[in-house]
Amino acid sequence: MKFQIPIGPQHPALKEPISLRMTVEGEVIRDADIRLGYNHRGLEKLAEQKTWIQNIYLTERICGICSHSHTTCYVQGVEKLMELEPPKRGLYIRTLVAELERIHSHLLWLGVAAHEAGFDSLFMYVWRDREIVMDILEIITGNRVHYGINTIGGVRRDLDAQQVQRILDSLAILRQRSEYYKHLGTNEPSFVARLAGVGYLSREDAIALCAVGPTLRASGVPMDVRKDDPYAVYDEVPFEVCTADTCDVLGRTVVRIKELFQCYNIIEFLLKNLPAGPVAVRAPRRAKPNEVVSRYEAPRGENIHYIKSNGTDKPERLKVRAPTLGNYAATIQMLKNGFIADVPLIFAAIDPCICCAERAVSLVDARTGQEKIISLNSLKSLSLKLSAGNERKREAEWPL
Amino acid sequence: MATVKTLIYLIIYPGLLFLFLYSTFVEWYDRKLYARLQNRMGPTHTGRFGLLQPIADFFKLMAKEDIVPERADKKMFSALPAFGLAIVFTAMMLLPLWNYSLDKPSVTSFSGDLIVVLYLLSLPTFIFFLAGWSSTNLFSTIGGARVLTMLFGYEVPLFLAVLSPAVLANSWRLAEIAAFYRQRPALALVNLLGFLIALICVQAKLERTPFDIPHAETEIVGGTFTEYSGKKLAIFRLMMDAEMVVVAGLLATVFLGGFPGGPLLGLLNFIVKTLFVIFFLSLIRATTSRIRVDQVVSFAWKYLAPLAIVQLLIVILVKGLLS
Repeated sequence: MKFQIPIGPQHPALKEPISLRMTVEGEVIRDADIRLGYNHRGLEKLAEQKTWIQNIYLTERICGICSHSHTTCYVQGVEKLMELEPPKRGLYIRTLVAELERIHSHLLWLGVAAHEAGFDSLFMYVWRDREIVMDILEIITGNRVHYGINTIGGVRRDLDAQQVQRILDSLAILRQRSEYYKHLGTNEPSFVARLAGVGYLSREDAIALCAVGPTLRASGVPMDVRKDDPYAVYDEVPFEVCTADTCDVLGRTVVRIKELFQCYNIIEFLLKNLPAGPVAVRAPRRAKPNEVVSRYEAPRGENIHYIKSNGTDKPERLKVRAPTLGNYAATIQMLKNGFIADVPLIFAAIDPCICCAERAVSLVDARTGQEKIISLNSLKSLSLKLSAGNERKREAEWPL
Repeated sequence: MATVKTLIYLIIYPGLLFLFLYSTFVEWYDRKLYARLQNRMGPTHTGRFGLLQPIADFFKLMAKEDIVPERADKKMFSALPAFGLAIVFTAMMLLPLWNYSLDKPSVTSFSGDLIVVLYLLSLPTFIFFLAGWSSTNLFSTIGGARVLTMLFGYEVPLFLAVLSPAVLANSWRLAEIAAFYRQRPALALVNLLGFLIALICVQAKLERTPFDIPHAETEIVGGTFTEYSGKKLAIFRLMMDAEMVVVAGLLATVFLGGFPGGPLLGLLNFIVKTLFVIFFLSLIRATTSRIRVDQVVSFAWKYLAPLAIVQLLIVILVKGLLS
């Protein structure tokens, strides 16, 4: 007996709205369908109306977790357009925040994955220790989520020796805790039983379906923008690209935990080799007409910003390809022939950041199934026309 | 005098009042322990140490809007919570707390009451299945199917594990089994393996992590209880807490020597021993992650059932040596 199960747009396993429709036979999924467009915010259009500097704060708000990824990606592109060369110290601090953000994102993911697997104790412990890295970020930037540290031509705040020492101290605690989570995540029998062999994505499929980030690396493809196309100071920093060859959710967990340790090494290297000098250079207000593609390895995978300038102080076009979008095609492949019980885990294993990936909405006629593109004004007038004759519904009344 | 005694037995202790209060306490104990194991505070606000939190939750739910789905089997949907609660409270009556005499079987303690308690504890599982099925919600239906699938896994090992001490004690009467192990405490150690198996099976029966599959929040929303709200949900929750008390009491009677010492000392014994059992249940809940329903069945038949048979063989050998 085949029937369809809707997961989403509202579902406890999903932190953001998306619709997954599973065609299932008993507990086995035969087909899956992903529907987007529940959280479109019109960011790209908004960016065209704001200046280069204002857009830093706009791009920061694309994502609530990898906020630094989007600003860095954007700022790097704009610096290339303006032909700016940010000072070394500024780039070191930018990379430092990027790696701290990767730690906080991976710890967050580990907690979420544990919760999806019903292992709430690990979830609570990981999120407790995530506070340490959040505190470090607050020490450096003054903020926990939207750091606001990037600016065109460098960063906005400098580090002093006391801060460096505090970061190194906290890092030692984090490293110790991560050892424990590594042990727990790969040895606790009931947890491993849930992860191993779930959401299989072969190496060939991962490449063919353009998977990115830890999802791709867990299928044994050592692809990382930091190594392949180094930006900021990654060409000076020694680190390894972490991979796994199990091609399943367990592999994705292992890759992320391994990356945590790489992050600790990178941060220690950066702090010990922090060059002296200014942290930013002055940026012009306008950029010459040109276009650029900027790539960045976000915690979730490759983030791409395409920026086109036309000689004014505003971009003509900003196109954002968030890493989650790159993983959707692979997710459908992973879901097929899995169990319903594994849906939240498989979906969580790509570390979805749904509203970052929402770039467009399509209007579908419910009766004919026809899709069409419509302007905002005609959409408004259409809704007014449809609701013109309707009586206004009575508001709920306060019982007392 | 006997009538007054029976009325007290039914209404005050261990009947309605005690079981209600004690199950809310047990819920608090479980929640607090679980929270402390996870480095959280648990309930702190309502009452001293948050002791009144489960009662507050109960009354809050009682006052909430009660919705019956349009397409549900309305009579069944509404009657099931009450049936479930009645079944669990009946099972509680059969535990040998007081008001029984070892020589003279009575309504509350008779030969074969062990089987009756086990039977009464199997019924809530069917109540959950029917609750899921009669809701006609997709998630409830899947939850209901999972309840039954799990039942095929844990029920046989549980019966084998609980019946082997009875075989050694040569009685099907709970009071006699408990008295047997009180007289020869060393023999209770023979059943250690059975106790561990029973703990795991009971965890599955109570649908707690790693066996909280029928209402796995991240997979099928509320599972069997997706459509339940208000009073009915409150009663279901009370029923599950009470079931935990009864099950812990059953394990304490069969494996830990029961509750000697009349009403007062027996009460103390009851509380200490059930909390001891529930401590292990909370520990299992905090240290494992949810497994899949197919893994439950294969785990139960690959490991639990053979081990339960080994326990039975040990018991038969020991019995042969003793006689």
